[in-house]
Amino acid sequence: MRDLAALTESERRALMRTDWGFVHQDSARGLRMNVSAGGNIGERLMALGDRHYGRIRRCAEQWLERVEIAPDRLDDRPSTYSGGMRQRLQIARNLVTSPRLVFMDEPTGGLDVSVQARLLDLIRGLIADMGLAVVLVTHDLSVARLLSNRILVMKQGEVVESGLTDRVLDDPQAPYTQLLVSSVLAA
Amino acid sequence: MRTPSPNDLLVVEGLDKAFTLHLHGGARLPVVSNVAFTVARGECVVLGGPSGVGKSSILKIVFGNYLAEAGHIWLADGGRFLDIARATPGEIVDARRRVLGYVSQFLRVIPRVPALEIVAAAARDAGLEARAARARAAGLLARLNLPERLWPLPPATFSGGEQQRVNIARGFAGEHQLLILDEPTASLDAANREAVVGLIAERRARGAGFLAIFHDDDVRGRLADRVIDVSMFSSREAA
Repeated sequence: MRDLAALTESERRALMRTDWGFVHQDSARGLRMNVSAGGNIGERLMALGDRHYGRIRRCAEQWLERVEIAPDRLDDRPSTYSGGMRQRLQIARNLVTSPRLVFMDEPTGGLDVSVQARLLDLIRGLIADMGLAVVLVTHDLSVARLLSNRILVMKQGEVVESGLTDRVLDDPQAPYTQLLVSSVLAA
Repeated sequence: MRTPSPNDLLVVEGLDKAFTLHLHGGARLPVVSNVAFTVARGECVVLGGPSGVGKSSILKIVFGNYLAEAGHIWLADGGRFLDIARATPGEIVDARRRVLGYVSQFLRVIPRVPALEIVAAAARDAGLEARAARARAAGLLARLNLPERLWPLPPATFSGGEQQRVNIARGFAGEHQLLILDEPTASLDAANREAVVGLIAERRARGAGFLAIFHDDDVRGRLADRVIDVSMFSSREAA
């Protein structure tokens, strides 16, 4: 166990590139928009010292396929990608170094509903396959239900209730959680 | 406290449940109190009683989906017993993967995932590798007479009975020791009810226990070792 607050800058940077990942809600913050998709995926590998161009490129191709992006888009910039593709590229860019812990800030926020389901299924599959631990922030209770085992309900910076996700959503105890759950429109 | 015997799969004792409605002035809605029963290996225990008496609530509490306010729910897991009423979320997630299954009345899934994949994913969760999981999923869907042309399609547009068969296949895809069934045969025709009765009988022969609600008298009569009238635990006036 290490205290994060006591890490040096360089140790923290190393952690961010290896064991951790961060998927931003706004893909422009999580990607280099003017670098090719392959470059976006390869960046973490290069930061870890990989210098073999062919190997990095092959790895990037494999990851594009894994997140359901056609490999012939490898040399295109993410600025030419749709919103859903950008999120999937962001996920590939983060997972290429097999991190153990990934933070996701509203990963499906702002996406078309038709794209959300596919992304959720992809995230679920990757979590299961790679044994990832994920800390996810969402306002969408159905996303929380589908992706998470545990949930912490927060109000004004404090955790008002926590527990097994389906227990908290189906039998909420805290007044705020009851308000939250009862305010959702059933689709 | 009663000491569970090696033959017990589930020992419920002193279970209380009420809902506190904070948005309605803190009104208390009592559901059940002092619930006590057991399920042994290979046994099928059916909860009976009129509508609104708390049958489904008891199933949900045993599954960890509703919070027990008092009491114990001892679930056998290998040589030890886990108290679902006090277990951590991690322990419940783990128990649900391996020991404790649940077939609800309605299918709830990620949109656009094919029926076969939904069932195979449950088998993988239970520890099967991908190919074996798909084979088991296919076997279950075939036994439940779901036409093969539907397997690669997501169930959203299936009929109620077809969705329910996907749901049942998913519930039976693992090797859970205790399966909770909430009216699994409600929307099925006679042939498919038979298929479900057959699946249940096979699992029981291998030592699995069942805690179930069946409204169908025929199914109940054939499967139930015991019917527990939940009215005796009910905190409400019978409807």
